[in-house]
Amino acid sequence: MRAPSSAEVNVGEPLLSVEDVSLTFGGVRALTGVSFDIRKGEIRAIIGPNGAGKTSMLNVINGFYRPQAGRITFKGEERRSMRPFAAARGGIARTFQNLALFRGMTTLDNIMAGRALKMHRNFFWQLIRYGPALQEEVEHRHRVEEIIDFLEIAALRRIPVGRLAYGLQKRVELGRALAMEPDLLLLDEPMAGMNLEEKEDMSRFILDVNQQYGTTIALIEHDMGVVMDLSDRVVVLEYGRKIADATPDEVKRDKNVIRAYLGEPHGVSV
Amino acid sequence: MPSSDLALDTLPKLLIHNAATIGGRPAIRHKNLGIWQTWTWEEMLEEIRAFSLGLAELGLKRGDHFAIIGSNRPRLYWAICAGQALGAVPVPIYSDAVAEEMAYVLAHAEVKLAVVEDQEQVDKIIALSDRLPQLGRVIYDEPRGLKDYDHNRLIAFEDVQRLGRKKLADDPACLRQWQAELAKGKGSDIAIILYTSGTTGRSKGVMLTYANAIVSARNANAFDHLGADEEVIAYLPMAWIGDHIFSYVQSYAAGYCVSCPETPDTVLEDRREIGTTYAFAPPRVYENLLTLTMVRMADAGALKRRMFDYFIGFARRWGEKILNGEKVPLTARLMYRLGDLFVYGPLKNRFGLSRIRVAYTAGEAIGPEIFRFYRSLGINLKQLYGQTEASVYVTAQPDGEIDAETVGKASPDVEIRIADSGEVLFRSPGVFVGYYKDPEKTAEVRTPDGWVRTGDAGFIDPKTGHLKIIDRAKDVGRLKDGTLFAPKYIENKLKFYPNIREAVALGAGRDFVSVMLNIDLTAVGSWAERNNVVYGSYQELAGHPLVYDMIAEHIDEVNRSLAEEEVMAGAQIRRFLVLHKELDPDDGELTRTQKIRRGFIGERYAPLVEALYGGATSAQISTNVTFEDGRQGTVSALIAVRDAKTYPARPAKLERAA
Repeated sequence: MRAPSSAEVNVGEPLLSVEDVSLTFGGVRALTGVSFDIRKGEIRAIIGPNGAGKTSMLNVINGFYRPQAGRITFKGEERRSMRPFAAARGGIARTFQNLALFRGMTTLDNIMAGRALKMHRNFFWQLIRYGPALQEEVEHRHRVEEIIDFLEIAALRRIPVGRLAYGLQKRVELGRALAMEPDLLLLDEPMAGMNLEEKEDMSRFILDVNQQYGTTIALIEHDMGVVMDLSDRVVVLEYGRKIADATPDEVKRDKNVIRAYLGEPHGVSV
Repeated sequence: MPSSDLALDTLPKLLIHNAATIGGRPAIRHKNLGIWQTWTWEEMLEEIRAFSLGLAELGLKRGDHFAIIGSNRPRLYWAICAGQALGAVPVPIYSDAVAEEMAYVLAHAEVKLAVVEDQEQVDKIIALSDRLPQLGRVIYDEPRGLKDYDHNRLIAFEDVQRLGRKKLADDPACLRQWQAELAKGKGSDIAIILYTSGTTGRSKGVMLTYANAIVSARNANAFDHLGADEEVIAYLPMAWIGDHIFSYVQSYAAGYCVSCPETPDTVLEDRREIGTTYAFAPPRVYENLLTLTMVRMADAGALKRRMFDYFIGFARRWGEKILNGEKVPLTARLMYRLGDLFVYGPLKNRFGLSRIRVAYTAGEAIGPEIFRFYRSLGINLKQLYGQTEASVYVTAQPDGEIDAETVGKASPDVEIRIADSGEVLFRSPGVFVGYYKDPEKTAEVRTPDGWVRTGDAGFIDPKTGHLKIIDRAKDVGRLKDGTLFAPKYIENKLKFYPNIREAVALGAGRDFVSVMLNIDLTAVGSWAERNNVVYGSYQELAGHPLVYDMIAEHIDEVNRSLAEEEVMAGAQIRRFLVLHKELDPDDGELTRTQKIRRGFIGERYAPLVEALYGGATSAQISTNVTFEDGRQGTVSALIAVRDAKTYPARPAKLERAA
């Protein structure tokens, strides 16, 4: 499985750092003064009980939400917030907790859609599909085919994704995110609703993406087994605050984390 | 080296010959990243030579054994030939074999080197490496996931080729050495060792010579007029003799192109793109295709469904006759053309069988309905009977002489004999040398004068002159009066009726044959719904008099067909009953692979057996059952026993009603 040395290898410089970020919706404080960083080449997990602010955190990172306070530095550039479009162009791709695929389109077309930002010929060139536009499409198709091969979904190439099993749809969504060749890949509960076998497959793909393409990955996941196996470092949120930030083993032993997940003892010995 | 100097008695020599004579024609294809990549015979020779020289650099030499593990990929086929060119012997292993089985074969075959597909196989081999001290380098095709592995032992396929190409560049004289080594090979050398997954005990390594394989392949090519223009798709396990002969030896002998699918899941689509002309598949493949079609048709619109039903019905009546070249009225021919336009053509295109000239089914009995369905569409589906020990071909059906229940006539150069016990024996140029390191087993199977016991019982059908396989020889018994009794043959005839799920035939050492049946709940349930038969449980439905009537009709038909066969006529079903519960592996009545355990069932249902042979019209039975949650319970029932009508043995009619 995982090379034992990966933790040392992955001590790269921060790709993204979040400093003192706070986000409120009206009176609701979703995030309060959260700081952490994601280093180049690592798999970073964000965990926490329901409503802890995990998805909000991802939405802040990819520019969907604008935090009221704090700074975000991505690839050395500081920003307060950006539009999702700009984030995508800047090299951040994501998958969603509830699938967001084009259900009527085939697997191939869905993943091809992930290349849209990389296409440079204008609409009219693409419409006549000739000359440079065709050549460009061939190049992109090649890249997409590599991803199809990588994710072992060649048999699904021509099937509309709406007809696929849930676990496979998740895989197609990962494929679409990979098609953007992101520097940072955000995965929002990649294993939700999957059976054991699908989870094992997905775990292997995540590790392979990280290893083969060197993609930095931040993921939210509820399955603790998966999180502990996959990630290099884990940040734990509770009620919008960071309560721990360490390696999986340390997090497992952390008193605050245990309390957050199991609740207060209330005088009853556990 | 000029190819005319070579006797074409080994596969590497055939490769060189093909590269020289038809070098520009396609030899092998592989779909990669959605696009078919093609290598011509010339290009393939270069690839194989580079790998072969690389293998020599890694120390592989004449007489060494090396393993091939993985799914059908050009590089793995190349590896076979590359090793053979050095005089080494390839040992293909089933890639889905569990580690234990793989360890046994690798150790037994004393494998020195392994060429494997990907990480999955590498992991298995690494896990076993403690027990395989003689195993050296492991060469992999697909690098994915192997980056962080210890590369002292692992080496990528292209790196081995690079070694070979570098050697060739540094020392051009090595080419001559390589050719000389290749020329040393001769027909009587061991070409390959194939391990057969025996149903009992350890698998045995069947050693075949180049002559075995090449003669068999040449005969098969001549039999079906296969030339360099055929298109085949390689998707069956490489460790299976069928694939080895069909996708490798026959291709080298005829010069035809073999296509490797993109992944095991895309075979259907890949086959459609290639348009295969020659195909080989176990009955399961044809069954699945048909089921898939029927399911799709059930969802189709009313117009399409009516058109489908009409034309399929039409094809059932005339299709086979047209295919067999019989006399057919002009109107039927025209109508069939129309059907071809609307239904058969598109359907065949879906199956990827539009261009098919010859398709074989082998391995097990195929349902006559399924067999006739494909033939009625104009697909030349035929049966053959083969064994690893025979380099596949024992018998095959010649064009135009087709029967759903036979396996054909002796293949060219093959002699067939039926022993007194009913066992089928054969002798041919394809007969294997022996089992590797197992002279005892070899002697059990092969007589000193060269006959091989197949372990199957059969007889020559007097009507067609074809061989009919009836059962495993060890399962065939005799009735008290000495009549041959082949339980599986009778059971299979019954099980081809959708209403009958399982059948257990009894009769060895008894006066007559009787059967115990399981109804198929889905089929009989839907029949009951349509005919207003009310039932509350499986047991009630199984015991329903109308169900008994229906089953009695099926048995009647089976008896009629048995009566037509001289050898089987005495073993008609006299009495039968329908069991109150489904036979279940949890109760030990079936094996995990759904084969019935006849002996155990006989003991467990002793009161029923007594009733069958004692003449009673019903019997009380109570049996322990294990429920799915593991609880034990008892089920008891009063089961009716009925007599069935038997028919006098009749000389076979020339034509059987379809």
